[in-house]
Amino acid sequence: MSNIPDELSYTKEHEWVAGLDDGITVTIGITAYAAEALGDVVFVQLPEVGSTVEAGDSVGEVESTKSVSEIYTPVGGEIVEVNQAVVDDPSLANSDSYGDGWMFRVRVEGDPEDLLTAEEYSALTSGES
Amino acid sequence: MSRPTPLREIHESLGATLTDFAGWLMPLRYGSESAEHNAVRQAAGLFDLSHMGEIFVTGPQAGQALDYALVGHLSALAPGRARYTMIVNERGGVLDDLIVYRLGDEEFMVVANASNYEKVGEELKNRAKSYNAVVEDRSEQYALIAVQGPRAQEILVTLTDADLAGLKYYAGLPGLVDGRQALIARTGYTGEDGFELFVANQDAVPLWHALTEAGRPYELRAAGLSSRDTLRLEAGMPLYGNELGVELTPFDAGLGRVVKFDKPGDFVGRSALEAVKDTPPRRRLVGLVARGRRVPRHGYPVTKDGAVVGEVTSGAPSQTLGKPIAMAYVDNGADAGLAVDIRGSHEPMDLIELPFYRRNK
Repeated sequence: MSNIPDELSYTKEHEWVAGLDDGITVTIGITAYAAEALGDVVFVQLPEVGSTVEAGDSVGEVESTKSVSEIYTPVGGEIVEVNQAVVDDPSLANSDSYGDGWMFRVRVEGDPEDLLTAEEYSALTSGES
Repeated sequence: MSRPTPLREIHESLGATLTDFAGWLMPLRYGSESAEHNAVRQAAGLFDLSHMGEIFVTGPQAGQALDYALVGHLSALAPGRARYTMIVNERGGVLDDLIVYRLGDEEFMVVANASNYEKVGEELKNRAKSYNAVVEDRSEQYALIAVQGPRAQEILVTLTDADLAGLKYYAGLPGLVDGRQALIARTGYTGEDGFELFVANQDAVPLWHALTEAGRPYELRAAGLSSRDTLRLEAGMPLYGNELGVELTPFDAGLGRVVKFDKPGDFVGRSALEAVKDTPPRRRLVGLVARGRRVPRHGYPVTKDGAVVGEVTSGAPSQTLGKPIAMAYVDNGADAGLAVDIRGSHEPMDLIELPFYRRNK
């Protein structure tokens, strides 16, 4: 059973979202469950800072030894920061999925997609494993 | 439902990610597949390969039957030696690639891929009908455990009195390993020195434990199919279903040397292969090294000046090179200015002759 912190929100595409409460800027990454399913992450491509995205857009990709998956943003707005550290060392996505392995930050405009609570996400992943 | 190997409970206790592979429930990785890959290159890895098929051909004409059934000259193989060979259909299309071990004057073991061994067993039975030979698929009775890597011999020697130092690459001999009867073969699919141990199913669990203990001082690590795939890719070894298939002849794959036209008698596929052996195929199998960090994968088009000139058959990030690599069939003459269309963006690639990695002997 992988780690699913209570204070975060989640998507069905296995991203986590932090900072929704202040409603201004949110941080997004991939969950530990996603990282474990991918295996060793070897390449992360992130959106351009300053670009405008809509909720549900594919904004990047994560590659592992065996597979590649897209990163979706569950919120629309402006990309205000990307994590260069995870681009330089993609293994952070495996070793610290909810910390140093974060992916990008969005200044939120509009309403986010329907997000899952930790409990709901936990139910989703236990159904898949 | 996928079939488990006799080592399933060990894999689960080690926390393996299990995956279906050709109908078998196999360990994909135990932890970090990169660490497993590097362990095999630098120390040693322990693999469960019990999904492979073992088909025995025995009898006074076993060698002749295999000469007719396969493209190689197996009757000329000395007892105790092994050969890489192929089985093709009448049109010369590859049905599987195989390793054949000659265990005795009248006994051969044909090791076939998990995805193909039932078909190979049936074909061998049909093709051996007019020979004084018996074909028996014993895949269900055998487990296969491999120890691969530069320290494999040091580890295995602690468990057996067999003459490992005298055992050549592509040779095999029966012996006791930790007191259990095994066929000890110096073969593998990683590009490293190493051994493959064919044992009865009931001996698999105790043998795995014994190897794990013996390997502890040598940093032996359990390794899954994910690392096996990247290891064989770096070593430029073909995988059936990727680099090999029924629509390709051994010549298409650059492996025409396995076809022995000078052996006596006819063999299945001879006339079709005679007809193509001197015609250069339109495409050849090459290595590609990515300049960027995105990974070319199976099925992606290879392009030159925007036009498709080939197709990737296998691709992965290479631990040893530190870059993504791929094997691909590419049009003759298209050697420079190549790219792979990675989900719409043309990523530049450098062509190299295979393999990507060759161990220091």
